[in-house]
Amino acid sequence: MAPLAALSPLLTLMGGCNLVVLQPAGFIAEQQRNLVLASTGLMLLIIVPVIACTLFFAWHFRATNEKAVYDPDWHHSTQLEVLIWTAPLLIIIALGALTWIGTHTLDPFRPLTRLDAKRELPANVEPLQVEAIAMDWKWLFLYPQYGIATVNELAVPVDRPVTFKITATDVMNTFYVPTLAGMIYAMPGMETKLHAVVNRSVEAEGRSAHYSGGGFSNMFFKFRGVADKDFDAWVAKAKADGADLNQDAYLKLSEPTESEPARFYKSYAEGLYGKIIGLCTRPGQMCVSEMMAIDARGGQSGPEGEENYKRLQYDNHFARSGDEAPGATGPASGTGAHSQTQPQGMRPRPDMGNPDSRERKPDTTPPGPGSQPDVGGGKPGGNEVAPKQISQ
Amino acid sequence: MMHTDTAPPGSAAPAFFVTDEEGHHSEGSTMLGFWLYLMSDCLIFATLFATYGVLGRNYAAGPSQKDLFDLSGIAVNTAMLLFSSITYGFAMLEMDKDNQRRTQMWLAVTGLFGIAFVTLEIREFVHLFHEGAPPWRSGFLSSFYTLVGTHGLHVSFGILWLVTLMVQVRKYGLVAANKRRLMCLSMFWHFLDLIWIGVFTVVYLIGVLE
Amino acid sequence: MFDNVNLQQLIFGRFTIDQIPYHEPILIGTFAGVAVVGLAVLATITYFRFWGPLWRDWVTSIDHKKIGIMYCIFAMVMLLRGFADALMMRAQQSVAFGDEQGFLPPHHYDQIFTAHGMIMIFFVAMPFVTGLMNFAVPLQIGARDVAFPFLNNFSFWMTVSGGMLVMASLFVGEFSRATWLAYPPLSGAAMSPGVGVDYYIWALQIAGVGTTLSGINLIATIVKMRAPGLTMMKLPIFVWSSLCTNILIVAAFPILTAVLVLLSLDRYLGMHFFTNDLGGNSMLYFNLIWIWGHPEVYILILPAFGVFSEITSTFCGKRLFGYTSMVYALVVITILAYLVWLHHFFTMGSGADVNSFFGITTMIISIPTGAKIFNWMFTMYRGRIRFEVPMMWVVAFIVTFVIGGMTGVLLAVPPADFVLHNSLFLIAHFHNVIIGGVLFGMFAGVTFWFPKAFGFKLDEFWGKMALYLWVSGFYLAFMPLYVLGLMGVTRRMQHFDDPSLQPWFIAAAMGALLIAGGIGCQIIMFVVSIRRREALRDHTGDPWGGRTLEWSTSSPPPDYNFAFTPMVHDSDAWWDMKARGFSPPRSGYRPIHMPKNTATGAILAGLSFACGFAMVWYVWWLAALSFVAIIGVSIFHTFNYDREYYIPAETVAREEAKRMRELELA
Repeated sequence: MAPLAALSPLLTLMGGCNLVVLQPAGFIAEQQRNLVLASTGLMLLIIVPVIACTLFFAWHFRATNEKAVYDPDWHHSTQLEVLIWTAPLLIIIALGALTWIGTHTLDPFRPLTRLDAKRELPANVEPLQVEAIAMDWKWLFLYPQYGIATVNELAVPVDRPVTFKITATDVMNTFYVPTLAGMIYAMPGMETKLHAVVNRSVEAEGRSAHYSGGGFSNMFFKFRGVADKDFDAWVAKAKADGADLNQDAYLKLSEPTESEPARFYKSYAEGLYGKIIGLCTRPGQMCVSEMMAIDARGGQSGPEGEENYKRLQYDNHFARSGDEAPGATGPASGTGAHSQTQPQGMRPRPDMGNPDSRERKPDTTPPGPGSQPDVGGGKPGGNEVAPKQISQ
Repeated sequence: MMHTDTAPPGSAAPAFFVTDEEGHHSEGSTMLGFWLYLMSDCLIFATLFATYGVLGRNYAAGPSQKDLFDLSGIAVNTAMLLFSSITYGFAMLEMDKDNQRRTQMWLAVTGLFGIAFVTLEIREFVHLFHEGAPPWRSGFLSSFYTLVGTHGLHVSFGILWLVTLMVQVRKYGLVAANKRRLMCLSMFWHFLDLIWIGVFTVVYLIGVLE
Repeated sequence: MFDNVNLQQLIFGRFTIDQIPYHEPILIGTFAGVAVVGLAVLATITYFRFWGPLWRDWVTSIDHKKIGIMYCIFAMVMLLRGFADALMMRAQQSVAFGDEQGFLPPHHYDQIFTAHGMIMIFFVAMPFVTGLMNFAVPLQIGARDVAFPFLNNFSFWMTVSGGMLVMASLFVGEFSRATWLAYPPLSGAAMSPGVGVDYYIWALQIAGVGTTLSGINLIATIVKMRAPGLTMMKLPIFVWSSLCTNILIVAAFPILTAVLVLLSLDRYLGMHFFTNDLGGNSMLYFNLIWIWGHPEVYILILPAFGVFSEITSTFCGKRLFGYTSMVYALVVITILAYLVWLHHFFTMGSGADVNSFFGITTMIISIPTGAKIFNWMFTMYRGRIRFEVPMMWVVAFIVTFVIGGMTGVLLAVPPADFVLHNSLFLIAHFHNVIIGGVLFGMFAGVTFWFPKAFGFKLDEFWGKMALYLWVSGFYLAFMPLYVLGLMGVTRRMQHFDDPSLQPWFIAAAMGALLIAGGIGCQIIMFVVSIRRREALRDHTGDPWGGRTLEWSTSSPPPDYNFAFTPMVHDSDAWWDMKARGFSPPRSGYRPIHMPKNTATGAILAGLSFACGFAMVWYVWWLAALSFVAIIGVSIFHTFNYDREYYIPAETVAREEAKRMRELELA
């Protein structure tokens, strides 16, 4: 009874609220949805009888029911033992088979073979390449085939497979667009992949699903599935209005900020993604690939080795540049322990009667509380940097 | 099925309690408990070994095992620890014969070997620092210092324990409690020897010879 | 040469007076509340001249029953703290929509969810579980104490010491914002400078020592100290589940200790285990912490399974159905607990083969778990079920837990996990099993064994009220989270933009309020029961018609538990004794060998607190001093050879005579 009771608000509200996981726009997410429903159905085969029997036995064999059989020594039955071990076993065998097949066909690293349930992948179609980078606390998307870059807005053409390469700059994040496909981690110095396709025009939200520090709650982006010609227009607009994401602009962008408005760049520095994943975006740093090549040769001793040490330091860049790290606490953060003072790079919250214990630069103009990223191409203002970013 | 059904009321009642019992039986439990402790310690070392296994090739473009380790020095170090295990064994044999003086002597020898081991290890670490290989240089060095250092800390703790026990044996003699404690330390000491053989093989031999 | 040394830093480390949050209303209010309650408690103790007995009979006590009771009290106190955090989160999430930011800014909110998770697992669930095992296991196996009574006292105070360190972070500095498992690189020194993560690390390290030692202690107790005749296949199921739990503890907690040492080396000495740069590998942390973390789940749930087994057979007046398969199920779960850790990060890009392997092993655990559910169900079948409060918890548990188990298996399907991981669906799932499984089990156990511990039952009316509020509150609080998870809503959010989510969060907050009512009823239940203790008095020592040995002695049991060590002939030993007309012996008492109380445990734990606190604040001199003191006190303790004494036969005879009078009253 209880699972049905639990499911009933869910079923009745299907129309009312947006159960995006159950009504996705992408083929991958749709198959994942199907697997969720199939597994739940399989398990309900055993869960419902168990709950029903438990409640019935509890009621029927109550002490006040004189008519019920009482057999204090009945404690074993081979038939029942066989049943209670095999019944779950059979369900798990079925579920295990589903799992094995589903896990392999829906492996995010596996290129697509179909556009949706009915259509094979056309032979000549070239997948869209997107490089997604989780930063503190915003998303940067590079489109290598088009040479453009965007912040907090991701557009992909309908029915064209997309290959995401995903990484992060400082801490772990998760790339998750519920309507498109399941999530996959974005990890600094490492690359994950996701192959997906969106099957209808859609405006939805994508976000980081893994907590990554103070600005995490506002670390979402606009996901747009658009028709081919709209996609071309979108690219053209970025080309026309956007600025250049050169190294300086990138370093500026990588400072911690929250609620970043959507932004477009007509071009970006060459090899930017490689440098991000190699942890060598700042001048003079050694990239991880070079380090690994040296390590494979057996390392490097002596003064050269000590020189390499300086060129490989990466994590301390917040302290070095005078920025506050994403998870800083007192006393290092300079904020009061639980005060209204916000960590660096975050906009002020309305005062709740606590003093803001850290001095702010006078030119910090707070945007309205609760402002969302200004999405929808409102101001593709190139490398315009929100005032709050210049706090240091 | 192991158990019987509830006996009918009034059937013959067997004895339901022990009338002539011994006291609190902690002797057997101590050995088992100490074994369990050693197993938990073993898991800590297992974690450190696994960490070394994962990070042991991450030199961060810095020095590697071949650049740093001197196998002959380590061999001396290993010998110290192995000898200390043998001499501890002699101490236990003497303890079985209730020969307090000789037990103490062998314990002292064991302690000296232990001190020699720890001293050599500290010298090695100082040497590595001078070579530009402190623990924060790379993942390899972090995991190396932690694995070897944890073992060294255990040996140092063992020496402190050994000294304490020698004082106690001197003060109270080879009483049952002290024999039990010497047994525990014995297990601890041989356990550290075993761990060291792992360290020597995995870190030093494989590191340099591979 | 002292020119460059800052005297203040030398003495106070990185502590400055600014780190006391004296201008923050929430904290000051909390502090005032804690201070008032604390002063009231101190005044009461002084007024009733309770300091002496408190020190002699409780703080220094090595009696497993008292230590068990203290563990449970500690867990309930910490539950209030952890639940206050939960209420604040629910309140924040039910108001922070759109322009409204709520009352908790992100960096305060982040500390709250970190503290909530960590406290609930380590300082509520763990002490509860350890407390019940400590109290019941020696009694159930007919022993007079645990194998290492001093270690038991020491373990308890270390756990308290760790808990106090977390509480200290409320008023001195701040707590970690890096989530309850402190994933690097976010928890590393570069990304989380400050004291928060250090508080987390040292609290866990100190409490972890206690947990590991108490695990070793209970294994040795169960293996070595069973009464004659009590073979392994006659052990009460609670003892079996305790054995499995403690094996899991001893085989898992060292890994946590090691991984936290590595994290602190990263933080304190700048090493590179889990950093992004210089050859660190943060994935290693994820693997290691979950190799501890998944067994931890079973460490919590297995004792609850044991409690449910005892209660079901007692209140059904019937042997447990399928004893042997229950035991096998426990053992299988214990082993499989180590083969599933990767399911906590399917989404980190392991290949399909690895993911499906761990997914399927996870599902396999549901088979023995399912078998156990069936066994309880068939124990009820042809029983004569008395619906007293503990049994009602059992039924609430079974119904709730199977739902949680189902969503758990769903999350074990990797592609399903891809869409549900890190979402509120996941939150709903693990609260479903931890509240519906562990907490319900602990509440049932406390109600069940309370008359054994204190000699009177808990008030039934308030017990039932608490149960109804807890169960309905649970469903109202967490069913909406399942729905929100299907709406793609992520965990750990301080603020939302989509106002359509708000009704669900308001419902969840109402559920939390119902649970608050449940906790309130439990407090009232204790107060009312203590006031009505004469009416609720149990003279028999066997108020429920028990089946296992703990019910064969008086309530509360004497210090020595059993005047004569029982001999066991049946798996339901006491039931068997009663059926065969056992009557307690009335003469022939002998002196009983018992361990002496000692203050060393409490002193060592106090010093550990000082050491941990000093390490958090970089007060190196204090850290070194307290560390040396810990070693010194430990060595000093070993010079005490006089640790046991005999309870004279006359005392035993007097105690037993009192018991006989009680029995005649009954």
